[in-house]
Amino acid sequence: MNWETFFDKWLPKMLDGAGLTLELVTIAVIAGLILAIPMGIARASSKPWVRSIPYAYIFFFRGTPLLLQLFMVYYGLSQFEAVRQSWAWTYLRDPYWCALLTMTLHTTAYIAEILRGAIQSVPSGEVEAARALGMSRVQSMLYIVLPRAARIGLPAYSNEVILMLKASAVVYTVTLLDIMGQAKTISARTYENEFFYIVAALLYLAITIGLTRIFRFIEHKLRVDMLQGR
Amino acid sequence: MIDLQGFGPSLLAGTWMTVKLSLASVALGLLFGLLGAAGKTSSNAFARFLGGSYTTIVRGVPETLWVLMAYYSTVTALNYLGSFFGNPELALNPFAAGTLALALCFGAYSSEVFRGALLSIPKGHREAGLAVGLSSLRIFWRITLPQVWRIALPGLGNLYLILLKDTALVSLISLTEIMRAAEIAKNGTKLPFTFYLIAALIYLSLTILVMIAMHFFEKRAAQGFTRNEV
Repeated sequence: MNWETFFDKWLPKMLDGAGLTLELVTIAVIAGLILAIPMGIARASSKPWVRSIPYAYIFFFRGTPLLLQLFMVYYGLSQFEAVRQSWAWTYLRDPYWCALLTMTLHTTAYIAEILRGAIQSVPSGEVEAARALGMSRVQSMLYIVLPRAARIGLPAYSNEVILMLKASAVVYTVTLLDIMGQAKTISARTYENEFFYIVAALLYLAITIGLTRIFRFIEHKLRVDMLQGR
Repeated sequence: MIDLQGFGPSLLAGTWMTVKLSLASVALGLLFGLLGAAGKTSSNAFARFLGGSYTTIVRGVPETLWVLMAYYSTVTALNYLGSFFGNPELALNPFAAGTLALALCFGAYSSEVFRGALLSIPKGHREAGLAVGLSSLRIFWRITLPQVWRIALPGLGNLYLILLKDTALVSLISLTEIMRAAEIAKNGTKLPFTFYLIAALIYLSLTILVMIAMHFFEKRAAQGFTRNEV
């Protein structure tokens, strides 16, 4: 390995890949969180029929591999004439939007389950207290349950973000040049069997450690630790 | 019923390959996990360091990258090793590489599960074993391990479900399991969505089967124990 070409030529490409990985993961976990909030609330409902509506969605997306879901969107949707004729086809034939859509749908299912668990573990006395003070169901959800659930679910959410970061490595299969895609392309170009995979591994490790730090900071800000000793 | 266009048998063969791959990985992975947990709970600081870095490094890097590394990055070393035995073409086949990579990941996660289980076994049990004159190995095999098994089983079941989905990644190194069988069928029929959906249904059925099996195993391992209702 020539270090000069590595630093001048290959490292910037690997860092570009890291940029794409971070972009995809950030958008997916934020969009996923927004979509998951109504779904998580529905999952925690006391009415069985409300609970069961998001269940099929969650069961499908948690029970099949992300790679398969990605291929269903990227290759699968072209099977339908109606999709190819519609306005959405401009986006759905682009691997970037396919990857983003699949990752968002995938992580939504996981985050919804995290939220359900968090909402259900809000102590019932606090909800009852809110209702006793005359708050409506919506008010107690907005001011008591959700802020409380956010703190309970935050550690699990940070795990999910890191899992998503690692899962995002499959997007290289639809020609996207994320960290993994760059590593594979450069390896093939330079006939290096190990080197660039190790660089990719180090990049992923560095991002994981960075994300862990960020979430620890948020947990500190939200004073999650103060609420643990219930 | 969906017309499989003659690809039924190859999908079935792919399913069998997925099952074999997941079982081989879990067998090797349990060994890695036990070794990792033994390292982490050891009194030796170096063993603790080894166990800790094993989990940190393996869990911080995507499964996809491990699969590709196990396949492509072992070539140089194995060719070199093989040249001593007169076989310079020595390399891992996709099944072996996939098993190694998935076992590595399963081991890293399961070592945490095992560690928790090992720590939850009262010290007195080990001391009682020593008092009646059992050797350390026999204490581990007859007293510690059966209890660890019971406590760790639910966690291991979840990890097995994750592993089952990760086997899809081995299709990237061209092992013909469910994912790759669906891809071959897709290329032959130009019906991508149909065949990926069938693959998804196979994964979902496997998940359900494993959940039923886990329920049975947990019941069997918990014989004679009553669960405390809080």
